[in-house]
Amino acid sequence: MVELTDLTLAAARAGLDAREFSAVELTKAHIAAMDQARALNAFITETPDLALERAAESDARLAKGEGGVLEGLPIAIKDLFCTKGVLTTAGSHILDGFKPPYESTVTSKLWAAGAVGLGKLNLDEFAMGSANITSYYGPVINPWTPHAGAARGPLVPGGSSGGSAAAVAARIALAATGTDTGGSIRQPASFCGIVGIKPTYGRVSRWGVVAFASSLDQAGPMTRTVEDAAIMLGVMAGHDPKDSTSAPMPVPDFRAALTGDIRGLKIGIPREYRVDNMPVEIDRLWQQGIEWLRAAGAEPVEISLPMTKYALPVYYIIAPAEASANLARYDGVKFGLRVPGASLDEMYENTRAAGFGAEVKRRVLIGTYVLSAGYYDAYYLKAQRIRTLIARDFEAAFQKVDAILTPTAPSAAFAIGEKMDDPLAMYLNDVFTVPVNLAGLPGLSVPAGLSADGLPLGLQVIGRAFDEATVLRVGGVLETAAAFTATPARRG
Amino acid sequence: MANPADRLIAGRTGAWEIVIGLEVHAQVISNAKLFSGAAADFGAEPNEQVSPVDAGFPGMLPVLNGKCVEQAVKTGLGLDAQINLTSVFDRKNYFYADLPQGYQISQFTQPIVGKGEIRIDLADGSSRMIGITRLHLEQDAGKSMHDQHPTLSYIDLNRSGVALMEIVSEPDMRTAEEAGAYLKKLRSILRYLGTCDGNMEEGSMRCDCNVSVRKPGDALGTRCEIKNVNSIRFVMQAIEYEARRQIEIIEDGGTIKQETRLFDSGRGETRTMRSKEEAHDYRYFPDPDLLPLVLDPAWVETIRATMPELPDAKKSRFVNDYKLTPYDADVLVAEQSVAAFYESVAKGRDAKLAANWVTSDLFGVLNKRGLGIDQSPVSAAQLGEMLDLISDNTISSKIAKDVFAEMVETGEAAGAIVEAKGLRQVTDSGAIEAAIAAVIAANEDKVTEYRSGKDKLFGFFVGQVMKATQGKANPALLNTLLREKLAG
Repeated sequence: MVELTDLTLAAARAGLDAREFSAVELTKAHIAAMDQARALNAFITETPDLALERAAESDARLAKGEGGVLEGLPIAIKDLFCTKGVLTTAGSHILDGFKPPYESTVTSKLWAAGAVGLGKLNLDEFAMGSANITSYYGPVINPWTPHAGAARGPLVPGGSSGGSAAAVAARIALAATGTDTGGSIRQPASFCGIVGIKPTYGRVSRWGVVAFASSLDQAGPMTRTVEDAAIMLGVMAGHDPKDSTSAPMPVPDFRAALTGDIRGLKIGIPREYRVDNMPVEIDRLWQQGIEWLRAAGAEPVEISLPMTKYALPVYYIIAPAEASANLARYDGVKFGLRVPGASLDEMYENTRAAGFGAEVKRRVLIGTYVLSAGYYDAYYLKAQRIRTLIARDFEAAFQKVDAILTPTAPSAAFAIGEKMDDPLAMYLNDVFTVPVNLAGLPGLSVPAGLSADGLPLGLQVIGRAFDEATVLRVGGVLETAAAFTATPARRG
Repeated sequence: MANPADRLIAGRTGAWEIVIGLEVHAQVISNAKLFSGAAADFGAEPNEQVSPVDAGFPGMLPVLNGKCVEQAVKTGLGLDAQINLTSVFDRKNYFYADLPQGYQISQFTQPIVGKGEIRIDLADGSSRMIGITRLHLEQDAGKSMHDQHPTLSYIDLNRSGVALMEIVSEPDMRTAEEAGAYLKKLRSILRYLGTCDGNMEEGSMRCDCNVSVRKPGDALGTRCEIKNVNSIRFVMQAIEYEARRQIEIIEDGGTIKQETRLFDSGRGETRTMRSKEEAHDYRYFPDPDLLPLVLDPAWVETIRATMPELPDAKKSRFVNDYKLTPYDADVLVAEQSVAAFYESVAKGRDAKLAANWVTSDLFGVLNKRGLGIDQSPVSAAQLGEMLDLISDNTISSKIAKDVFAEMVETGEAAGAIVEAKGLRQVTDSGAIEAAIAAVIAANEDKVTEYRSGKDKLFGFFVGQVMKATQGKANPALLNTLLREKLAG
């Protein structure tokens, strides 16, 4: 029999219906995996007791022939989602002891669909990072190890949803939630050999998700198959009147979109995504992806997205600007950490100095600077204008094509400690994912192959706004063609 | 128009002109806060009316309250102002313990209401137009309490997130009186519209005053801003003090430093709060949690269609239709409930008589007892009934004063009082003639004097006859008959 922790969401749900195993058994198997793989540091808070309680309730519902789409399925939650009564840290010291008195819209929907929560997953502090090395709770370790001979230390899982990617890849959770501001779902999915989709901005409610950059943040599922991503996205998505930026759009049946038929679809191949110093193996994988889609009846079309080169600088103005305001509420007055001082200002200084890590401080400083009197027009306003032009690039491209294919990241996972003293090199990780956030479009990463070192590499499919269905359909075809069956060495 | 020289004040070096602009924060009347849905009542226990949104909890998001938008548009229409169909909410960033988000959601470059104007009426009967620069919606902050603990401050977030309209005037006022008249008129309009209760003591209307001085004809001087003054009287005092202070500095050879000042109402003076160098850089930028606010012009028109008659229109109607003096009309329209009371009394009656009774007799009683028109011991219907008794000659105006006093004391109807006390006016000419005959008989010497040309004695005879009839004789009839009899 297949190990319970190796199942997909779809297969596990079918197994529960067929009474092959119970939700409690399924959950216990994952709790055991969580114990086993603790060295990966994927979790900040484990909630095994709560999980078993929920699983028992699921079994009761299943016994009555009831049960939601995710009934009894153990998943884990990025610790950026507020969970009622359960410690929520955003990977930061400054939220010490914070137990929200409310449940985020996304987690509420997941629990309502029957999902069983295993705990809260590690992440870069306030989702700021591409390697999951900025968490106050320590780095997450990628369950993949390079081939013997590649003498490197433990690898990063990518970030900021590093705990999510590691937990799903290491078979600790059937799936996990992630959030993606500039690539934080797709890049770690690529580094850990799993599937991750950042939906269209406005598709999934941001209510109850700790904000990093409000105009870019979007939650999405991280799973082991495209089908699972479709199932979980269907549960997470939908209009939420509590989020003014949530789109009042109906949610299609994403699973039904996975027909495997992409005949006649035009797939854009942006020439600007051939960046300098990109490893040959990534370029080769991209070419392979193009061939797979062509073989399935799609028509690759070369396109141009001329503003691409401005995306990273624009992102590193807009995201820190929004973050500098979003993080102002962490001041020691109302919740979380407070380091006393002789005056109010001193209390602020002491609290924020102790509570925020170096990367968060860097971005708050950048954001404060670009919004300052005398600099606003040159930085923030100009960045907003270029952001509009980047979105227009995509609009023009989508006049000609139905989806766009690119690599997800310009490299495979690197070792913990690399790039740490060079923020700009670190920021380059997101060169292919950031433009998608700036334009508010859906983007999916699908594991497509292995590097020479034996590390997973992903391909990214970008679609029109609110056309996740096509993105998932193309992703499903890539998944089938790639037949990616490799699994990481370290697992639960 | 008043003499321009009256709007100047004298200094040692000649006349000075004060230039005043006001920023009023008016709390929007609404059941819920601007973005959180929490209740927005005054007087609850500390931190009883706070949602996680108002407390700036992680992941909480603002959702705009449509009622507050409607109130802002209504106010804009009431100020004859341009309604901006697209406006934008911005974050105004600063740190303070009672500002839970670390920023205030406000409107900076694109407010919901643009230019408008207010007419102010001054004591000398003149009026002036004062320009409105803009009106925007914003959240209020919470309240810091520094007197609860020896070393710590306490924070009450009930007010955090409550909707405010910031109404900014042009620097069009030149005297403290004009500033006072502006605030009174603005408050009156807000109350008519039901968009702000205008209670300055409770803080639901607060005023920042920008004051500068210059020699007439010169360019604008450097201004100082006096923050958060909480009564119209204090605003006028603060402006007077501040203008004098600035004139003295300049006349002593100094220069005015741009700064923010506080008004100490106990000492009647202003003092420095922070200098321009210490001013915040608020780093405004559009709030990414909120979309631009786009209004449907048809919706704005439906609001326009429900606008009540405002004080200026009501005043000119009272002057034209009821032939009231502008002064009486002003007094009656200042509050909508007073105007409604008056109209209910005046309807179908002598409008000027009604105005006199309301503004002198009724207001006299209300002021003495500290009552509002809603608490008047005499209802509009009761007062009207009493006026009817005057008009149909049942009672005289003089007797009416006594009847009114009785109505105030007992709450009884005028008719009932007149009957019970036998105050009905005597209109029977026989009875009056008898009384006249008796008076003439008893005062033959005076009659002789009168007939020989001492006309002034007529009043004496009227008084005697009134006395004989216990004041109930119809005065007009009495006069006619008395004149006949005295003529011999």
